[in-house]
Amino acid sequence: MANFINLIVAGLATGAIYALVAIGFTLLWQTSQTINFAQGEFVMLPAFFMLAAMNAGLPFWAGILVGFAASFLILGLAFKQLLVDPMLKHGVLPLAIATMALSLFLKEGVKEFATAEAQPFPSIAPATNVNILGAVVSLQSVGVFVVAIIAVIALQAFLTRTSVGRQMQATAQNPTVARILGVPVERMVLYTFLINAGLVALASLLVTPIYLAKFSNGETLGLAAFIAAIVGGFNQIRGAIAGGLLLGIVDNLAATYISTQYRGAIPLILLIAVILLRPQGLFGRAEERTV
Amino acid sequence: MSASRKTLLIGLALALALAFLVLLPLGLNRYGLYILSLWAVTTIAAIGLNLTLGYAGQVSLAQGAFVGIGAYTAAILTTQGWPFIAAFLIAIILCFVIGWLLGYPALRVQHHYLAFVTLAFSTLAYLVFRNEEWLTKGIYGIVGIPRPELLGLSTNSPLAFYYFCLSVLLIVAAAMWWLIRSPWGRAFMALRENPTRALSLGVDTKRYTLLAFAIGSALGGISGVLYAPLVEFIDPTPFTLALSLNLLLMVIVGGAGFFFGPFLGALVAVLLPEWLRFAEGLYLILYALFVMLLLAYSPTGLLGILDRFITDRRTKAASAARAAAAPSVREEAA
Repeated sequence: MANFINLIVAGLATGAIYALVAIGFTLLWQTSQTINFAQGEFVMLPAFFMLAAMNAGLPFWAGILVGFAASFLILGLAFKQLLVDPMLKHGVLPLAIATMALSLFLKEGVKEFATAEAQPFPSIAPATNVNILGAVVSLQSVGVFVVAIIAVIALQAFLTRTSVGRQMQATAQNPTVARILGVPVERMVLYTFLINAGLVALASLLVTPIYLAKFSNGETLGLAAFIAAIVGGFNQIRGAIAGGLLLGIVDNLAATYISTQYRGAIPLILLIAVILLRPQGLFGRAEERTV
Repeated sequence: MSASRKTLLIGLALALALAFLVLLPLGLNRYGLYILSLWAVTTIAAIGLNLTLGYAGQVSLAQGAFVGIGAYTAAILTTQGWPFIAAFLIAIILCFVIGWLLGYPALRVQHHYLAFVTLAFSTLAYLVFRNEEWLTKGIYGIVGIPRPELLGLSTNSPLAFYYFCLSVLLIVAAAMWWLIRSPWGRAFMALRENPTRALSLGVDTKRYTLLAFAIGSALGGISGVLYAPLVEFIDPTPFTLALSLNLLLMVIVGGAGFFFGPFLGALVAVLLPEWLRFAEGLYLILYALFVMLLLAYSPTGLLGILDRFITDRRTKAASAARAAAAPSVREEAA
């Protein structure tokens, strides 16, 4: 039982990180039909920005700020202006393939110009254990979960309670009508790219202490984010959250109770089953756009 | 340019390319022959994916898995003493059937959803290659895969094996040339252009979607069957998702839906890294950058640029002809 609680907590922690990445992924899809195959690499990269800043002599907190700033600039603004905008007119598939090339570019770039070795990365939560319901749970897992959930709640509040947030939702739901109603659609699309950049930077900050900073981190993270987004529902933020948490728990339980060798297979089977039986996702509504 | 002159020119270019492919290896060393053989083998897989993606419009990120299935079939059977030709046929049938089954999701979902299903399949196949040690020997791999003997001729020497790969490539290419000009090929293209209209015109879209996957996958299998004896050692590492992504990029870079696209794409992805060896680690970075720029400029790939250039010239020639004809019309009107 203690072991089980441990697994659930660890699962919720990784699941919350998956959720952050998956939310960014669905936001990009909703506002600009971008299937970002480089989303995993987007999580891998900010940790290297932070490490670079710390290697330059900055303290950890300043390194985090630099990491976020670089992420907004490169993974938000530059990504949109330099890749998505010129490609968007060609349609969904060429853009998706261009992001595959981008993922290769980022991965090989880090390997070549930063390092091919895994780098240790400081954690924002101390590496001690706490006692929950008789189970010894690492404080790091709890910290990751709490920070990620606060970020998600804040984002949700921003999207539903503020004027800008509602304009963004309008843009996502129907850009043409939103434009008629006076919503500056272009700027709203830019905001989603910036939010995605913030989410991946946060995910990077939370996940890298666990996985170490390595150029190939994006492969598993990207896949997990796709699966979380699709299982939960590709067009719903709450779907991405549920999908992420579910995936984190399933992943951890499968590794312990089913097979370590096939731990990677369980989420994939879940993905195939959901796509075939309920393509709109467990919590999504049927896609209204022509897919 | 008249049609017959065009055919003549294309025929001449093809004959030159073929002569080049036959004569070039005579001056190459062992490694050069290996790379050229690898190009031929990769091209076969890319031709298969071009049918699924380029002609029938079904996104697949699973082609690498079929290369793996073909390679493992050949490796397992030939090391057990089965004749190569039997392994060859079994691999084709196996990949055809699995490809057919993988086509079923395509009947339900399209585009990026389909990409994700096939991506998941690809990763699952890799896990099976790695974990089912009783069958695939897992990460230790299968060693000593014999090169086949055909019609009493051994293909043990690199040159002989290269000619064998080249012959299979030419047969596959000829079959594909015939296929896309047959009613089946037209049905595939109808499927890509407008599935609803194809259905209303009486094309059995369900059957052709499954066929597009099955035939494309079978070609992936053929590629794998040749890959195993080419490298003589098989382990799971070459068959990760990266291979499927690479094959997809090849087809797109060359020009999806163009007959010669896969040849060109495989050339860029397999041969170019060898010529640019001085760039080493930089090569993949430059390649990725090149793909992004190419897609932004021409989403239909390298052959798309050529195609656009020819169309432009034709349009200009036609408007010049119209302009030459126009004054007389105006004079008559006046």
